[in-house]
This record gives sequence, structure tokens and C-alpha cells, in this order.
Amino acid sequence: MNYNQWNGFEGGQWQEQICVRDFIRRNHTSYEGEADFLVGPTDRTKKLMEKLAKLQKQELENNGVLDIDTSTVSSLCNYAPGYLDKDNEIIVGLQTDASLKRGVNPFGGIRMARSACQAYGRELSKDIEDYFTYRTTHNDGVFRVYTDEMKAARHCGIITGLPDAYGRGRIIGDYRRVALYGIDKLIEVKNIDKKSIGQEVMDVDNIRLSEELFQQINFLKKLKEMAGMYGIDISNPAANTVEAVQWTYFAYLAANKEQNGAAMSLGRVSTFFDIYIQRDIEKGILDEMKAQEIIDDFVIKLRMIRHLRTPEYNELFGGDPMWITESVGGMSENGKTLVSKTSFRILNTLYNLDPAPEPNLTVLWSEKLPESFKKFCAKVSVDTDSIQYENDDLMRPIYGDDYGIACCVSAMKIGEQMQFFGARFNLPKLMLLAMNGGYDNVSNIHLGPQMEPMKDETLDYFDVKARLDIYVKWLCKLYVNTMNSIHYMHDKYAYEKTQMALHDTIVERLMAFGVAGLSVITDSLSAIKYAQVKPVRNDDGYIVDFNTSGKFPTYGNDEDNVDMIAVQLLEEVYSELCKTPAYRDAKHTLSVLTITSNVVYGKKTGSTPDGRKRGEPFAPGANPMHNREINGALASLNSVAKLPYSCCRDGISNTFSITPDTLGKTDDDRAENLVNIMDGYFGQMAHHININVLNKEKLMEAYENPEAYPNLTIRVSGYAVNFHKLSKEQQLEVISRTFHTSI
Amino acid sequence: MKGKVNSIQTLGTVDGPGVRFVVFMQGCPLRCAYCHNPDTWSFDEGDEYTAKELLDKILRYKTYFGITGGVTVSGGEPLMQARFVSELFRLCKDNGIHTCIDTSGCLWNDDVKELLDVTDLCLLDVKMTNESDYINYIGCGIKPVLSFLKKLSQINKPTWIRHVVVKGVTNTEENINGLAEIIRGHSNIEKVELLPFKKLCLSKYENLGLDFRFKDIPETSNEEIDELKKILQLKLGV
Repeated sequence: MNYNQWNGFEGGQWQEQICVRDFIRRNHTSYEGEADFLVGPTDRTKKLMEKLAKLQKQELENNGVLDIDTSTVSSLCNYAPGYLDKDNEIIVGLQTDASLKRGVNPFGGIRMARSACQAYGRELSKDIEDYFTYRTTHNDGVFRVYTDEMKAARHCGIITGLPDAYGRGRIIGDYRRVALYGIDKLIEVKNIDKKSIGQEVMDVDNIRLSEELFQQINFLKKLKEMAGMYGIDISNPAANTVEAVQWTYFAYLAANKEQNGAAMSLGRVSTFFDIYIQRDIEKGILDEMKAQEIIDDFVIKLRMIRHLRTPEYNELFGGDPMWITESVGGMSENGKTLVSKTSFRILNTLYNLDPAPEPNLTVLWSEKLPESFKKFCAKVSVDTDSIQYENDDLMRPIYGDDYGIACCVSAMKIGEQMQFFGARFNLPKLMLLAMNGGYDNVSNIHLGPQMEPMKDETLDYFDVKARLDIYVKWLCKLYVNTMNSIHYMHDKYAYEKTQMALHDTIVERLMAFGVAGLSVITDSLSAIKYAQVKPVRNDDGYIVDFNTSGKFPTYGNDEDNVDMIAVQLLEEVYSELCKTPAYRDAKHTLSVLTITSNVVYGKKTGSTPDGRKRGEPFAPGANPMHNREINGALASLNSVAKLPYSCCRDGISNTFSITPDTLGKTDDDRAENLVNIMDGYFGQMAHHININVLNKEKLMEAYENPEAYPNLTIRVSGYAVNFHKLSKEQQLEVISRTFHTSI
Repeated sequence: MKGKVNSIQTLGTVDGPGVRFVVFMQGCPLRCAYCHNPDTWSFDEGDEYTAKELLDKILRYKTYFGITGGVTVSGGEPLMQARFVSELFRLCKDNGIHTCIDTSGCLWNDDVKELLDVTDLCLLDVKMTNESDYINYIGCGIKPVLSFLKKLSQINKPTWIRHVVVKGVTNTEENINGLAEIIRGHSNIEKVELLPFKKLCLSKYENLGLDFRFKDIPETSNEEIDELKKILQLKLGV
């Protein structure tokens, strides 16, 4: 194939088949220079931002939701075109007909849509209610097949956050394809695929795939129609930078109109855009100011994406996150860096548009990244606390050089792999359940294998481990079965037509499981192993608390005798999960990630032998428990770095907070030291780190006077939030965490 | 031989260049009125390490040092365990790790001399600038410190001078003049750091049941430090 729009690009395999990766590889321009070429916002950008800031303020005053269209079911062409400022926007397109107005998306579950409307004082329209009386939602389907045991596990919170009532998310469409090839070509290729599948044996798999392809093609057509409503024809490839960004954004927007997935990640667009910018600059039709302006405008649009959620959902995932994760930087397999000037430009939006949580800017760190880029990232971290880092040297050998991060830490090859998202289970709660022989001492229900509670006066490590093994086996099987049920039904009733249309027809599937409370269970097992733990029992003989005496090593101090407990546990859990086959031959993966749900998980968990009391929060993700790190920040990083990515392919999240004074005396020192810290951490094949450089006092002030800190952004487990959008409980938990300091 | 260690801090960024592994030795003969680490004073406490044991820990952090970082031995007073620190530094040098001591310079003997041979950088705390303040606030005379500085100068050992600015004690113009006099003419001095007096250590004193002599003096602001820096630079003509 060939198009005039491709003039000036180096040709190759990408012209023979859909392959954005090959296009990038042949056409990207590595940038190894300094950040001094960057420019500030134009007046136009500033005005647009002022307008958005005003709306955001109203949204906040209105309980966090500006407006809801309660009478339209969200889809690609169901709303009239909407604008933030029609005459001044460069990139156009809103989810509904007005800025920040949320649509309703009942396909995941009508109940969630209904109660979300009610939570904000609105009613779902009668038409929608009536229509969904006759339509099966994903949620309906799941509950038709859930077993009593699955319901009990879900009810008592041993497994929490399952995507059974809303869109599962974590799927990254290759939105760039629309820009590079145009819709018509994508439809043509999908038609060819559908035809060829029809030539094979029409078994269950092929029939399902054929129907999915029908839907994909249908939604590609709708995507074209949606763009048409904005007066833009996306049949053919994009011819210039504005078009490339606009086409890509339309594809991403369409996905968000169709789906309310928990994480709607963007992929890896910066260096793709850079190719168009570079070509336009060389042609003399674009300058730096204009290039930055386009990227700024694109990011403004991303910051306006919203989904309607229930307050319960917000309690779990604080701060109304979208996880519009954009992966920036990294290296290509041929050794050139994928850092381009637009990698800088997209980070520069944090200055031009003020710090903000979205898009979730994720730097793919490699030891070989240009030093200037490393230092710029570190500076942005020190200044804004808005970016996270993941190890490209660890992921590239597994996922190649065109993977993206979905949500917080989930890597996948863009357009070639997708994920079945599956939340996480509560490890410390499982340990308590095991000790009590299948009795949960918080919800007071019995579940799992039933046996006598442990009777020992002092707990024996090997006895506890042996018990735990039995319950890990039980739970892992239950967990996989639950996930299989969820994803079967999601495919059946809420299939991601737009996003999957922007994947290869034959995709590899990953099924992502997770654990919460790793540091709590690790320290608890350490206490049992190295100190004296005496259970406290209630009148019925169930263990409800512990008296722990003596010293024991804690996770987070780079001590193998305890860190290896965590490592071994993860390996055991992963191997147990793999024993139950996953739906659609998905490959099992595991994450150590809690998002902000570590607060809720703690609430639902009794006292633990490490000294944590009933109801107290866990540490987030793979973090050591608060204030148990006694050897300083790097020891803590070394402990986390030991957790094996080989069995935690869905990511190991670490949130690191340090005071500016601890990081160095001057801004320059701080940036340089941060670069060395990340090189040292990732050099040990650690996976992920969130960096916050701030003082606890500042957070305490923001806790007391939220209105004084409207833009205070901090990194929590795998994403960033506006501090003021967290619940007071979540804020206090963040404040209580370890801030690495040194006197 | 074994050394007595009070604690380790795996991320130090304020005691020498770059990212540093900081070892706080146990035991100090001085009693500086603004001391931040009163828990390091006693010679009877601390964890015992062989140099090799400590090195093994340090090697776990080598990956963070980059080209600028390394190990800093502080205290307590590292010179009081000079033979142990020498052994540790020799092992560090064998492993390509930059070495630094943070000292009061109150002591001189053959062991100290040997230690300096394997020390890449010396952070010398010039705590006060006259004899009476030294006696009054530090617990030794100024002469050993001046002579230590002279020795460093003679062997051309890269040195950073550190000086804590305490309101009403060392923030006077007279004091800054005195500091300039002490520093002048030593070409081995690469840097002079004026450090603000802080009271973060108050709880340590309370826990130990000790009196913090400067507890009523306010902390020094960064702005004041910046001003004094300018004055000092003017005096030194740099």
C-alpha cells in the first residue's frame, strides 16, 4: 500500500501489513540533547486552561461531578459534538456534548450506573431503565454463574475490586493505527481476516471471533462517523501533525465513549507523534511553539476524560483516576533510544498546564537513556511529583520495544496483547482465615476448607506455613475460576469493540491476578519465625489478636532472612494460580499492586502478628510497612528490588516518598542524586517506582486547607492523584507513610 | 578487628558528594552543644562489625553511587576508631569506592595519618573559630583542629570545611571573619559548607534523658545561610 500522506517516511514492512512498531523504528529521531529547546504555553493554551480550571473548580464544588447526561447511553455517535472552546481548540472531541459532563454506561451493570446517578442526586432516565430490563449486562451474566463460594469470597473481601460491575479496562487499543493507516484500510484488513477465519473449522472459538470481528468492523465504521460529526474525515491516513494527533485522539475518545473500563490507558504515542512533528518542521510548516501547543492541547483533552463512578468505587480507587497511562522513552531493540523531542514535550505539559494526575506519565527507564533525558525526568519529579518510572531494561526483552503500560504497572505489546484484569486478593486476611480454620474474624462467616482453629499457645512458623499452603491452594483455584467467569461474561456482554478493532485479530491474552498486603504478611511470618507470637482468642476459640514479643527483622531493610519470605510467597502463589487454566488460553500474570485500596483492605482485616491492629491500613503495593525501615531509603529499595518480576509479570509497585532535604542540598544535586538512585534501583532489575519529593508538613497543610493546594499532585500506587480528591482517610494514610529523611 | 557502629544510613546525600552510604561510628570524645547524634557519644554501646562485614553491606549499594557517590564514615568520631576505618577504606578502595570521613579533627596520631592515606575526601567540621567557644561549646581546644587542617593542607588532601551557623553564637560577623582567617591559604579546601542549626534531634535528647543546651535557640533559616555565604565569599575574595 502507499498513500501521499506517507511521503517523506521511510518505507518498509509497515506498508505491507499493520505494524506501527516498524513505522516508528524506521522513522523516529532519537534526541540526546538538553531540555533547553522547550517552550512555555501560548496565550491561547493559557486561555483554554483557564476555562478548564474554572470548570474543574465547579466540578469540585459540585461533589466531584459537574453534570450527567442521564438519558443517553454512552456510545460513539450518541452525543452531539461537544467543545471546550470551539474557535480556539486545535484538537477536538468530547465524550458527551459538553465539557466534563459524564455519560452513563450501563453495559457493565445497570445497578452501578443507577446508583452512581443517585449518588449525585440524579435519576437514570426511564427509557434507559426500560431498555436494560430486556438487555443482559456483564454484571447480570457474571452473577448468573457465580458460585456461592465466589460470592462469599467477594462479600467478605478476601478478593476485592473484581471488575464484575463495570468495564474491566486495562486494554490498550493501538490508537495510532487510525492516524497511520486511516479507518478504511483498518476495515479492509479486518474484513480480510474475517473472511479467512470463515474458511477454517467454525468451532466455538472461531464463531466467537467471527462475531467479534463483525462488531469490530461495525465500530470502526462508527468511529469514522463520530469523527464526521466533528467535520473530520478519517478515512485516509493523517497528513500532518495536527491530523495525526487528532486521528489518534478520536480513536482513544471513541474507546472511552464505548467503555468505562477501570483503566483506559493510552499506550505509547509521544515518539509516534514526534515523527509527524519532525517531518512538518523539516517541511517548514511547523515550529517549536506550534508543536508544543498541539501536544498541550492534546493533553488538555486527555485531562477532560471522565467516567461516572459510585462512591464505593471511589473509596477503593481514590481520586477519580482514569489511568490514561502514556509510556514515554525507553530504548529500541536496535540500541537507539526511543526518547524524542516529543518525550520532552509531553513531560513539559506538567509545567505548561500545571502538574496534574492525568495523563499518567510513565517513563520507561533504561540505563542507556540519554543522560540529559534522565536528568530532565528527575527534575520534573522533584518539581511536580507527577511521574512514575518502570524498568525498560527488564521489560524490553519480554515485550519488545513497542509495549505500553496499562493502568499502573501492566506491560503489554501494543496491539498484540490484551489483558483480562482481575484486581487482587488479600494475603494477610487469607493467613488469618487459615489460622482460624476457615473462619473470617471480621465478617464472621465460614469459607474455604473447614478445620479446627490453631490451638498453639505460641505459633510455630512451619505449622502456620503448612496451613497457609492449604488455603493458598484453595483460594488460587477459586480466584482463577472467578476471573474466568467474569471475563467470559465481559466478552459476551460488554466486548471492547473499538479497542479490539485496534488490535491484531489474533491476540495474546494475559490474565492478571494480584495480591495485597505483602509487607504485612511477610512481617507477620517473620514475627512468627523469629520472635514469640501468642494468639489471643475469643470465647469461641477463634484467634482475634496477637501478643508479639521479641525482635524480628522486617521487610524493607535489605535483610534476606525476611525479604526471602516475601519472595517465596509470591513464587508459591504464582505457581498455584497457574494450576487452574485461564479463559481463552490466557497466560497467568501476577501483580503486587494495591492502588489506594490498601486502606479498604486494611479495614477488612483483623489484627496481624506483625503488630498491625485490626482495621489499620496496609502499606500500598510492594511497599514495606510504614516506618519499619530503619536503614534508610536505599535499603528499602533493595528489599523491593528482590521481588521477582519473573513471577510478577503484571508489575511490582513501589511508592517512594522522600523529603527534598534528604535528596540533596540544591535542585541540581537532587536531580542528579535521583538519577543515580534510579539507575541503582533499576540496575538490580527492580520493576517500578513512584517518586514523591515533598515534606510531610506540606501534606498536613493540604489536609487542613485543601483549597490552598488545588494542584498538589502526588504519586500513589501506580498513578497520581490530586491530593484533595482523596478521602480524608486516604489522605491520612498517605501522610502516615514513611517519608525518607535523615537527620 | 571490629569497629563499633552506631547506625548506618543507606541514603546519604548531604555528607559528601553524590549518593553516599553513611556509617555513623559509636563513641565521641567531644560534647558539641548542637550535636545531632547524642546517641553516638557513649563508647560502651553500638553494634560490632568487622570491616569485611561492613564492606559486604556497602557493596549492596555500590550500584547507586554512580560516578560521584561512595562511602562516608561519620560519627561519633571516626578518628577514635582510625585503625578500623582504615581497614574498611582499604577494602573500599580495592572495590573502587570513593571514601570520605566526616570529622572534628580533634585528634592526631599514626593511625589517623594512615587513615588519611586511604581517604579520598575529608569533611572537616570547624565548629567554632576561637579557643573560648571551643572550650565552652565543644569540649576541646581549637589548636588540635587547626593543626589537623594544617596536616591536611600539607598532604594536599581534598577537604570540605563545614561550619554550623547558630544564632547568637556563630552567625556573627566576627565569627565569619574568623572562619575566613582559618580557611584562607589552604589550597586543598575545595568547598566550604555553612550548615543551618536545626533542632530535629530534640527527641533524641529527650529519649536519652539529656539536656539539649541549645534548645532555646531558634533554627537558622536558609535565607540567613545564603546571606552569610555571600559575606564569607566576599571575605575570601572568591
